[in-house]
Amino acid sequence: MRNSLKLYLRYLGISIRSQMQYRASFVMLSLGTFLTTAAEYVGVVALFDRFGSLRGWTLAEVALFYGITNIAFALSEAWARGFDTFAGMVKSGEFDRVLLRPRSTALQVAGQELQLMRVGRMAQGLFVLLWSATALNIPWTLGRIALLMAAILGGACLFSGLFVLQATLCFWTIDSIEVANTLTYGGVEAARFPLTIYRDWFRRFFTFGVPFACVTYFPALAILGRQDPLGTSLWFQSLAPLIGFAFLLVALRVWQFGVRHYRSTGS
Amino acid sequence: MRPYWAIVQARFRMLLQYRAAALAGLATQLFFGLVRVMLFDAFYRSSTAPQPMSYSETVTYLWLIQALLLLLPWGLDFEVRNMIRSGTVAYELARPTDLYWLWFSRSLAMRTAPVLLRATPMFVIAALFLGLQPPASPMAALAALAAILGAALLGCAITTLTTISLLWTIAGDGTARLLGTASMIFSGAIIPLPFFPDWAQTALNLLPFRGLMDTPFRLYIGHLPPQEAIPAIAHQLVWTCALILMGRAILGRSLRRLTVQGG
Repeated sequence: MRNSLKLYLRYLGISIRSQMQYRASFVMLSLGTFLTTAAEYVGVVALFDRFGSLRGWTLAEVALFYGITNIAFALSEAWARGFDTFAGMVKSGEFDRVLLRPRSTALQVAGQELQLMRVGRMAQGLFVLLWSATALNIPWTLGRIALLMAAILGGACLFSGLFVLQATLCFWTIDSIEVANTLTYGGVEAARFPLTIYRDWFRRFFTFGVPFACVTYFPALAILGRQDPLGTSLWFQSLAPLIGFAFLLVALRVWQFGVRHYRSTGS
Repeated sequence: MRPYWAIVQARFRMLLQYRAAALAGLATQLFFGLVRVMLFDAFYRSSTAPQPMSYSETVTYLWLIQALLLLLPWGLDFEVRNMIRSGTVAYELARPTDLYWLWFSRSLAMRTAPVLLRATPMFVIAALFLGLQPPASPMAALAALAAILGAALLGCAITTLTTISLLWTIAGDGTARLLGTASMIFSGAIIPLPFFPDWAQTALNLLPFRGLMDTPFRLYIGHLPPQEAIPAIAHQLVWTCALILMGRAILGRSLRRLTVQGG
């Protein structure tokens, strides 16, 4: 375990150093991601300006959801990039080499690249979150801060789990399935708002199907100290982010199952 | 004129081959459209204050965004980028064609082929099941169609400008991102432009980006009456010409100082 961790950190070090060779490019790309995500947020602010509130939620409250989701997604985009581009590895036969090495395949694929430019989305999420934290009138106790961290990390694990599942599909399809992007990018889009504003079938899908509700909606309710119209208890809300970690573990099991079914393209 | 038209046709036929990608994209955009519509639905149910557009107009606008999203000058021509990186762009210079119009033709195919593949099924599905209304009147339909053509040309002028900018910054796709983001937000693709604050509207009217989405869509739903189509389309064309002139000027200057790398 310690050995694996050391290896992973080493991978990351290499990746960071190689990206830092193109410093200007890195700065421009990060700035670009920052502006793109900021533009989306400007849209949300404009809508709140017109409508006042969103079914009883204020902008500051929605900003909390927004910040958690964007930071979580940025983290997973950065560290699960290898899974996101995994189709290329299968197509080129590169994965054969991974199999030959005496280390976990998931570790090696994850270590392919740590995408630093995602820092742009992360910074934007952080700004929104910090603004929300100061604009909201809630006491930031240690428990609340811990829950916020758990929500972000749980969310990052959930998104990473989706990337892993998407990569696992490549074992059978060879080509990447763009439809899988619907769940990751669509999930970001949907989880940025309290899930109760959507239709019931949609909310159920993102609670029981892909459990985004567990890493944004439920912990955010506990942080805000709001009563849940769905009637969940504070205990459940506080423990919900664990589901995100569990999701990643399950995804990794499915990955191992997929690896056993890998047939090289032979090129 | 003939060689350029041939380039458009050839690229167009090639890009039409990517049908599976189009299908996958369709699913993604349907999903995004659904989320957006539900979001606006929730907003409309939260407030009784008068809004710049009615709910059904907004829903139609939102589906039109999804149907024509790929018309936006987002991303760049990767083949030209690779040519510039590897130095093979020198071949482009050797061709007996005008480089500007060569790249413009490429971007015309690049912007229109994927849209054609995606827009029709999207339009049919949204009209049948998801609340996309038909055009406000036959005149509105005609005006919207003309404005969509104008939007395509405007989008190409911006795309070509980003392609040319690659001659200046070898590594960064920065300009492409910047112009892409500006097109995204100031065209109305993120939220319909009428929802932006009133004080912002003057600036939005001056910028070229409105012509990419907002103008044709508001003509379609009748939010912009057909008699205002002429000035609206003139706005698109004036900006298109201005951006073409600008692109040609920058290209001329870059070619004088161009250093071709590699060998």
